[in-house]
Amino acid sequence: MSFHRPARLGSAALIATLAAIGCTHAAFAADAPVPNKGDTAWMLVSTLLVLMMSVPGLALFYGGLVRAKNMLSILTQVFAIVAMVGIIWTLYGYSLAFTDGGSLTNYVGGFSKALLAGVDANSTVGTFSNGVVIPEYAYLVFQMTFAMITPALIVGAFAERMKFSAAMLFVFLWVSIIYFPLAHWVWYVASPDDIAAAAKAVAAATDGAAKAAAQAKLDDLTGSVGWLAGAGALDFAGGTVVHINAGIAGLVGALMIGKRVGYGREIMAPHSLTMTMIGASLLWVGWFGFNAGSNLEANGGAALAFVNTMVATAGAAFSWLMVEWMAKGKPSLLGICSGAVAGLVAVTPAAGFCGPIGALVLGLLVSPLCLFFVSTVKNALGYDDALDVFGVHCIGGIFGALMTGLLVNPALGGAGLTDYTNITGNNAGTYDLVTQMIAQGKAVIATLLWSGIGSAILYKFVDLVVGLRVPVDAEREGLDITDHGERAYNM
Amino acid sequence: MKIVMAVIKPFKLEEVRDALTAIGVHGLTVTEVKGYGRQKGHTEIYRGAEYAVSFLPKIKIEVAVADALLERTIEAIIAAAKTGQIGDGKIFVTSLEHALRIRTGEADDAAL
Repeated sequence: MSFHRPARLGSAALIATLAAIGCTHAAFAADAPVPNKGDTAWMLVSTLLVLMMSVPGLALFYGGLVRAKNMLSILTQVFAIVAMVGIIWTLYGYSLAFTDGGSLTNYVGGFSKALLAGVDANSTVGTFSNGVVIPEYAYLVFQMTFAMITPALIVGAFAERMKFSAAMLFVFLWVSIIYFPLAHWVWYVASPDDIAAAAKAVAAATDGAAKAAAQAKLDDLTGSVGWLAGAGALDFAGGTVVHINAGIAGLVGALMIGKRVGYGREIMAPHSLTMTMIGASLLWVGWFGFNAGSNLEANGGAALAFVNTMVATAGAAFSWLMVEWMAKGKPSLLGICSGAVAGLVAVTPAAGFCGPIGALVLGLLVSPLCLFFVSTVKNALGYDDALDVFGVHCIGGIFGALMTGLLVNPALGGAGLTDYTNITGNNAGTYDLVTQMIAQGKAVIATLLWSGIGSAILYKFVDLVVGLRVPVDAEREGLDITDHGERAYNM
Repeated sequence: MKIVMAVIKPFKLEEVRDALTAIGVHGLTVTEVKGYGRQKGHTEIYRGAEYAVSFLPKIKIEVAVADALLERTIEAIIAAAKTGQIGDGKIFVTSLEHALRIRTGEADDAAL
């Protein structure tokens, strides 16, 4: 996550704000800031945590939910996606998501950092605090783990019947065409320190020509922004980019590939809820890197995101357990694990913006909502989203994204909106519920449309090129044998 | 010679084994099976999926006995395996034509 603090980047407001800062940044242009070792260490640790969320966290969470004959297909798909996206990110993904794209910069980056050109151990990127930087390598590898886990989430929707080759081809196209631009829309902003410096230059310019030139430079920088970030949409750690995105792509995939053979008639119980619980636990632990690491510094903001991630998840886990106990008669392990994940999803966009009580309320409410979608709605509509990617990630993500607009309000304990070029104080007065909810709504709808329609096209293409689905016999026998030539359990 | 096949509740295995040993039956083959008769199954719920599971885990034991031991074998199994609840299981007896001990080549009654 980038400096996606809310930004009405109107330059007049910017300059006024910077005039108020006065001499605070006088030394700016003179001394290039150097990364703090604590921040750097935290970012590297967060990266580890997010990688662990994919392997083995998500792999086991999903793996335990499928039948034994398909366990390896899940594990392999997740692991292979992580590996493949690692390559793609390095080659061109980071560049497309996080550089200026020239005339297209509101929608996608460019290739200026393809193969990580120009990036070295001394390169830095800005954070949410003026004058604070982290190594660019730390930032890009952190973001890499996000790009890895997002497509891995999708496989749950079409589990137990998607060809391995189709899954890999689809993911290759999907990260390149859907994910990188979306990450750019939500998280790409020109360096806040550069903007602050440019605004200072405008204020300092003495004659008309110099002022116009300085203004032009400032406009370039404030215009170098993903369009959703520029619209003021708040998404701390990726509710839209990761969860709504993967969730809707999953639903579309499940619909297009069709139901599993025997769905609705045969028993398809999870083969190991023990593995699922291990996976859910690793996801919870790892998610602190996902959310608190998105603060980009090891400070109070990170601690806030950390606390929110703990509290929302505890609330959501307990809530699902209780609601299921009342509604279905028994409190289940799968229920409490699903509740935890739903809470984690919902707090993802809100982590750095809401207060702990807001996070608690968020968690308590998201579980009944997701439970409703994964049981009542799914059964009524009859689609086979095998591992509830839509019901948990998309619905949880939408709920979280919208609630973020509400809970960021300082009156509700939220952090308030902050002009990221001036993190010295909250600009609480700038928060307006309607404006913020409209911005959140834009982000949600843009994600649903972009990913939903884009994914549909890609699935169709992959179906034409390699075919999405395995033959019925292969599905009956199990993907582990037919796609991978292995058994998960030789006992 | 006869083969006595009994499907019993899993937790009764040790008791049945002890009862058979006590009457002089010293070998037995055990398989884990699923089955149902009059015993009702249960419902399993996994998020949105509800399954009515009628197959219940059971244990099948097979033991080859000489004709002389047949009555006592059946009585021993019944006494050990019975709980009085539905689902206690069943016993089936079939004829056995030949039996051989692989190690020594002993045949029929000497092999049992």
